[in-house]
Parts: sequence; structure tokens; C-alpha cells
Amino acid sequence: MSNKQFPIRLGKVSFLIDKKSFYIISLLTFLAIVLMIVSLGIGQLFISPVDVIRAVIGQGTEMQNLVVNSFRMPRILLSMLAGAALAMSGAILQGLIRNPLASPDIIGITGGAALTTVIFLAIYTDRSNTLTMSIQWLPLASFIGAVVIGFLVYFLAWKNGRITPFRLVLIGVGVAAAADALTSLVMILGPIHSAAKATIWLTGSVNGTNWNEIATIAPWVFGITFILFIYARRLNMQELGEDLAKNAGQLVQRDRFMLLLLSTSLAGGAVAFAGGIGFVGLMAPHIARKIIGSAFGALIPVSALVGGMIVVLADILGRMLFMPLEVPVGVFTSLIGAPYFIYLLFKSHK
Amino acid sequence: MKAIQTEQLSLGYKDELVIEELDLTIPKGEITAFIGSNGCGKSTLLKSLARLLKPKDGSVELAGKDIDKTSTKEIARQLAIMPQSPQAPEGLTVLQLVKQGRYPYQSWYKQWSEEDEEAVQYALDVTGIKEFEDRTVDSLSGGQRQRAWIAMTLAQDTDIILLDEPTTFLDLTHQIDILDLLSELNEQEGRTIVMVLHDLNLACRYADHIVAIQGKSVFEQGNPDEIITPQLIHSVFGLQCQVTCDPICGAPMCIPYSRQRQMKGANRYAAQQVQAN
Repeated sequence: MSNKQFPIRLGKVSFLIDKKSFYIISLLTFLAIVLMIVSLGIGQLFISPVDVIRAVIGQGTEMQNLVVNSFRMPRILLSMLAGAALAMSGAILQGLIRNPLASPDIIGITGGAALTTVIFLAIYTDRSNTLTMSIQWLPLASFIGAVVIGFLVYFLAWKNGRITPFRLVLIGVGVAAAADALTSLVMILGPIHSAAKATIWLTGSVNGTNWNEIATIAPWVFGITFILFIYARRLNMQELGEDLAKNAGQLVQRDRFMLLLLSTSLAGGAVAFAGGIGFVGLMAPHIARKIIGSAFGALIPVSALVGGMIVVLADILGRMLFMPLEVPVGVFTSLIGAPYFIYLLFKSHK
Repeated sequence: MKAIQTEQLSLGYKDELVIEELDLTIPKGEITAFIGSNGCGKSTLLKSLARLLKPKDGSVELAGKDIDKTSTKEIARQLAIMPQSPQAPEGLTVLQLVKQGRYPYQSWYKQWSEEDEEAVQYALDVTGIKEFEDRTVDSLSGGQRQRAWIAMTLAQDTDIILLDEPTTFLDLTHQIDILDLLSELNEQEGRTIVMVLHDLNLACRYADHIVAIQGKSVFEQGNPDEIITPQLIHSVFGLQCQVTCDPICGAPMCIPYSRQRQMKGANRYAAQQVQAN
């Protein structure tokens, strides 16, 4: 215990820092920054990493400053934040449900957000294809959808005072399918213009992000992450099962409700701004668990960093592969994520 | 001295009662074993003593206070329960698991006090799993894993420890090993131990107090020497048996009759038996 961890104690305040986790989180943070710098340089105007750094601190050419800071920076920050939020949301669900197959998209949270988003677009688009309501309200619509579906699935899966993983995944898949069907229906009945817009949103895209959006989502994600750190120890206890959590003096139902609220808020926030980026919430926490183990104090930041990097990487691929055409990030995350899900199903079945 | 007491306690799931109007006293500083046939409600009773199950009626008192009216965190500092075959998440190390036992003493800003460190060290030492502390729980053998869970329970630093079938799925060597460990904790530190045990003979050997559960209530309770008789075993388990003396420690030992097998006389042990008589 002595050489692998060191305690920090100050009066009543005390923490235990795990050295390995500390190094891994530092390394991943560094890698994430490198990846973002590379990504900032990629596009129709290629900028070298050194020039990118110069531009970030406002020392590049006027063109470089404009491209890096105004065009590319917001979308890359959004990729990072949305990926991190989805990953943390998945990490919470996997701990809460004690099942590696749980994730915000598989149990329908993303689908719920999609449904309310298309409903919003359909209702507030007039005959001349203009939105009658400010687009700024769109994230709120998505968020409400995510939260409503999240809790619907949770309560439907509830039986005899507990939730079995099998029941939850099954009901989640069912509710997600119903939400998808309704989404398609609304899109077909709605105006064509909004359908096209909705399709891009549904796949998940960070194209055309502006700083206003970052100013909304960043405090949201950071705020919830902070609360999540307070709840990390409760989540650790939850993962040992209901009986042990009760034994330890935890108010299990109350904490479950709170954790589900945190999870849907994170997923809802991400989906609201970046759309239905698939499978990050499943893959990232799972990869993080392989790297760092399952104690949530470390698992949460590692999942967040891994999730953010997956989306930034998917965005790089989306911009590079078919230049000048741009492919939404969600296409690539789903391309890797779907086989990963099948692999997990296969492995857990054995 | 009593550690836990129930008053008119009724337990059940949905409409069906498993335990009805039970008054039971668990003696302090002793080892108590619950015995009874499958589904008789002994695990249910154990759970309710640890407030994992809400009573349908009646109450459970811990140190003279109704547990329903005591803060759950305060109870967690007096009483710990180890459920039957608990599951650790994949990748959790032994040390991380044992540290979780400190939960009732911690808060979000007070996560690793000196007392926490001492209690975890003690639990690792006394259960003899210090050398495995960095291994993951799922990589351990059955016996080591059970020790890790017991270590977590010990880290909780409670006077009363409840265990639901702590020896299930273990081979005989490890069953004895775990029961010896619990017995040492009881003798050297005066901890009250309450457990559900399936093996009647081990229950007789290790328990000071046996509670036989049958017909939604306690059929009989007391010291094994006094209460274990063929009549009791027949009433509680519906099994015909002889009760003899455990040749190692003198506790009562039950040898069941069976339909198929009878003394053949040709066997080595039977020959010894004949000589001895």
C-alpha cells in the first residue's frame, strides 16, 4: 500500500492518490491535447502543429488565427466534450446496472433525444422552411427527450424492487426501437428540409459548431463531472450490489436515482449539441476499464479522456477521408462501435 | 447480554410470510448459527437483522434501539453483513475491495483517514491476504476470494458480523479455514458472529448458540450440546439420523440414515468400528 499510493491529509480532509492512475491520467491528457493540436491543423488549409500553437495564442497569420480559433476550435472542443460526456454517462450506467453492455444509446436515451429533436424541427418549421423558434431551444428539446426516455426505461425495467441487467437491456432495446420508429414517422410527415437537417443531426455531427454552443455545454459537462466525483464512492459501492450498498449505510434508491439523473444529463447534453454519436458511451468506459480497472475515482476521468479522443479521431477521419466532402463523426464511431458491441455480447455470453 | 433482539417480527415477500411473529435474542460475544431446511427463511431472517429487508410487521432492535429509527450509517458502524456469494466487478483489486469496507466512516472530502488505513491494514493482515492485495478479485481462488470479502467486512470495524453461508462453494479444507478464522475473531476480539450454515456438523462444532428454524418460527434454540437430538433433526429437516459425538472436539454430530446404503461390514472403517466396540 505504501509505495503505490500516497495519502493527502489536511485536518479532516483526506484523499488517497493512486500513483498509477495519476500517471495514466496525465499521459492521456497529454495525448488528448496532442490529438487536438493535430486535428486543428487538418483541413483544406493544412497548418503545422507549431503554427497551430502559435495561432491558439494569437501569434499566427491572420488567416491561421481565424481558421484555428474561429472555425476549427469550437468543433474540436465540442467533439472532446461530447465524447467525454457520453463516455462518463456510459460509465455510470455500466456501474449502476453492473453490466458492461449498458450505454446511453443502447438503452434508448439517445433515441429519446432524437425523437424530441425531430418533433421540435417538425413543429417549428413553417411552410417556407424557416424555423419559427430559435434554434437555441433545440438542445433543450433533445435534453428533455433523453431524460424522459432514460427514466421510462428505468421504471419499466423495475421489478420486485430491483433491476436485472437482462430486463433492462431488453426493455431499453425495445423502447429505443419504438423511439426510432416514431422518429422516422415524424421525419416522413414533416417538411423535407427539416428531414434533411434531422438526418445529419441523428447521425451525430460537430460541423459548424460555434463558440456560443461551447459556452453552454462546457459548464454543463464540467459541472456534472464535479458532482460525479462526489458520487464516485457511492458508485463504487453500488457496483458491489444492492445488499452491500445498504450494508455500508447507503440510501440505495436515492443514490440510484441521482446517478441515473447525472448519467442522462450528461448524455442529454452531449446529444443536444453533437447529435446521436453512437457507441462512444459503450466503448469508452469499457476500454477505460481495461486500462485502469474499475474504481470510479480513476475510471471516470479515464473514460472521459478516452471518449473525447474517440470522437476527435472520428472527426479527423470524417474530414480527411473524402475531402472535400465531410462525413459526420457518428458514422465512424458506429462503424467501430457496432462490431465492438457484438464482440462484447459474444464474450459475455460465454 | 444481547446483541440483537427481534420483537413480533414478521417477514415475507409479497403476500407470503416466511417468518411470523418471531421474538428472538442474539447473544452478544458469541457465535450463533441459523440452521434449517432450504427455503425455511434463515437467510431472510439474517437479512432483516441487517436492515436489508424491511419487516412486514414487528421490529429489530440493535443495542436496544429500533433499527428502523436509527440512521443507516450509524448501524453500518455497529453491524456488518456479508451476503451469500457476492460478486466483485471485473478488474477490482483486493485492496480496492477491502477499502470499500470503510465507506460508513468516509465522506466525499474525507476519503482516507489514518483510521481507514489502519483498519484496512488490520483486515488484510488478519485474513492473511496481504500478499494478494494488488491482484484482482476475480483472479483469486474460491478460498482466497472469500477471505477478501471477509476482510472487507472486517474493515468495516463492527462488533457484530453477520454472514450468509460463508462456506458455500468452498472445499472442506477452506470451509474449516474460514470457520477457524471467524472463531478466532470471536474468541480474541469478542466479536459477535451470526451466520447461516448449511453443514449441520460444522454448525455444531463452531457455534455456541444454534437457532433451528422451522414453520415460520424458531423451533428450538440453545447450545448445540443441549438441543441437537435425532428428534430435533427429524422435526426441522424431516431426516432420520443418529446423533453421536464428534471425535475431534466432542460436539454433537449427526449421521443421517439413507434408503440405499447400509453397513456392509467388509469395509476397513467398519472393521475398526467392530474392534472398538
